Amino acid sequence: MNKKLSAAARREENWGWFMVAPTIIGLVVLNLWPFIQTVYASFCEHLGFGHYQFIGLKNYITMFQNAEFWKATWNTVFFCILTVPVGIILALFVAILLNSKVKFKGGFRTIFFLPLVCAPAAIAMVWRWIFNGEYGILNQLLGAKIQWITDPKTAVLAVAIVSIWSSIGYDAVLLLAGLQNIPKTLYEANSIDGAGKIRQFFTITLPMVSPTLFSVMIMRLMASMKIYDLIYMMAEETNPALTDMQSLMYLFYRSSFVAGERGYGSAIVVWTVALILLVTLIQFWGQKKWVTYDI
Amino acid sequence: MKSTDSLRRSYAMTKFVTYFFLILGAIIMVFPFVWMLLTSSKTVPESMQIPPTIIPAQLMLDNFKDAIDSLPFGRLYINTALMVFFRVVCAVLFSSMAGYAFAKLKFRCKNLLFGIVLIQMSLPSQIFIIPQYQMVAKMGLSNTIFALVFPGLVSAFGVFFLRQTYLSIPDEIGEAAYLDGCNQWQTFYKVMFPLTGTSVAALTIFTAVFAYSDLMWPLVVNSDLSMMTLSSGLATLRGQFSTNFPVLMAGSLLAMLPMVVLYLIFQRQFVEGIAGTGGK
Repeated sequence: MNKKLSAAARREENWGWFMVAPTIIGLVVLNLWPFIQTVYASFCEHLGFGHYQFIGLKNYITMFQNAEFWKATWNTVFFCILTVPVGIILALFVAILLNSKVKFKGGFRTIFFLPLVCAPAAIAMVWRWIFNGEYGILNQLLGAKIQWITDPKTAVLAVAIVSIWSSIGYDAVLLLAGLQNIPKTLYEANSIDGAGKIRQFFTITLPMVSPTLFSVMIMRLMASMKIYDLIYMMAEETNPALTDMQSLMYLFYRSSFVAGERGYGSAIVVWTVALILLVTLIQFWGQKKWVTYDI
Repeated sequence: MKSTDSLRRSYAMTKFVTYFFLILGAIIMVFPFVWMLLTSSKTVPESMQIPPTIIPAQLMLDNFKDAIDSLPFGRLYINTALMVFFRVVCAVLFSSMAGYAFAKLKFRCKNLLFGIVLIQMSLPSQIFIIPQYQMVAKMGLSNTIFALVFPGLVSAFGVFFLRQTYLSIPDEIGEAAYLDGCNQWQTFYKVMFPLTGTSVAALTIFTAVFAYSDLMWPLVVNSDLSMMTLSSGLATLRGQFSTNFPVLMAGSLLAMLPMVVLYLIFQRQFVEGIAGTGGK
């Protein structure tokens, strides 16, 4: 009996390994090993054709002394500061509107979600046209002459607007699910006490939705730290504001694949990952102060 | 009496404000697409008129013709479709197998192996991209469909997501099948896998949209115009027609069209597939 069971257990074990094998082999070859290689390459100089020479901390020293790198770091952080709070507040607002009794709720949801299924390359293209300094419709509407994408002062803002516009539907759908989980009885009990709508929002809605809000925030932050495609499509190599709008991942792309300095590029991407990790840790530490998991 | 009256008025007011902002929001969301469509039928001088004309003077397809002439859209559609197809097949097949094993089977080193899945999920894909590119180059497979599919051969996210699904299926179902004489593989593909339809659909849509949107990898790995995807092809078009916005708009519309049509047909599945997976 005992022997039979262990034979069955061994069979189960073999099946288990067999079934995870493609995934694990794939992850080791495609991700784990490349990860180690990238970290190693960040301490190397790329000699061409995939050959590397160890040079210690040189890439990092060059990087930390480079103004363009610090500018890219600041642009990335600034982009997060613009997109994360504003994007989430707007998404929460949309979610609350969609959570009330309205007609065509599904239709509105479909419209707000539309940018999610469009390639960022195509989205960036039309916004570049809308933001165009000479003939763009936005300047015509505002009666202004702002060079949105080529003026260093507004370039990051312009990309941030597009990013918020693209992701608002996604965040709103997630937050809507969070709002729908709030028991109606909480509001009923509260309105008997004579609380106004605004107070209800701060005493019930916000605490109850805060776990969803937190996860949306983490996700948005990670995505914003990695921003690349919109900037790639909206900026051009000839854009005078290029260094004023390029993000870390865009600098990574240009260093690694345009300039061919893959060691230096690796150092940039390692730095970016470290920064993402740091910001995420701060978020998890800060959540204790405002996220309510039980009421 | 007066109080119900004012209540009703405040109710009507709330309703008005709600619709006002929803419709305003919807206009802001839709406007860029409408503007794209309108511009794509304008001549270049027409697009640069001040004040701008809203409706194009004529309905014309010349810009679409120019876009197709300078970019092999037929190839781009095929390349993108093949990349999406193979990535979806790989993600669904391998992630279902691994998700099932991680959720339902006992084997040694399970937690360690699942740790690899979690590590991959928490790292941004750019950290793998240089070595991945070098591998493809070394194999001499740049400018192929395989190169486009390569980073998507396995999906850590898919494994994580489907493991959750298999965990939510009661063990008794698998045990019953096992007692009926199914082996582990038969239990998996005859009994358990068919129960995960909704999740597999969600993973399919998520994987497809993600692959279709990806820009950096196709740009890096396939430089041949005939082997590009819709996304990376658009980047090339931008270089050629930097100020000819009507052609750029026509090209963007052509690139967006297939996914938008699919989205409008399968709205609910798309929204749930992308938002429901928790995304990445």
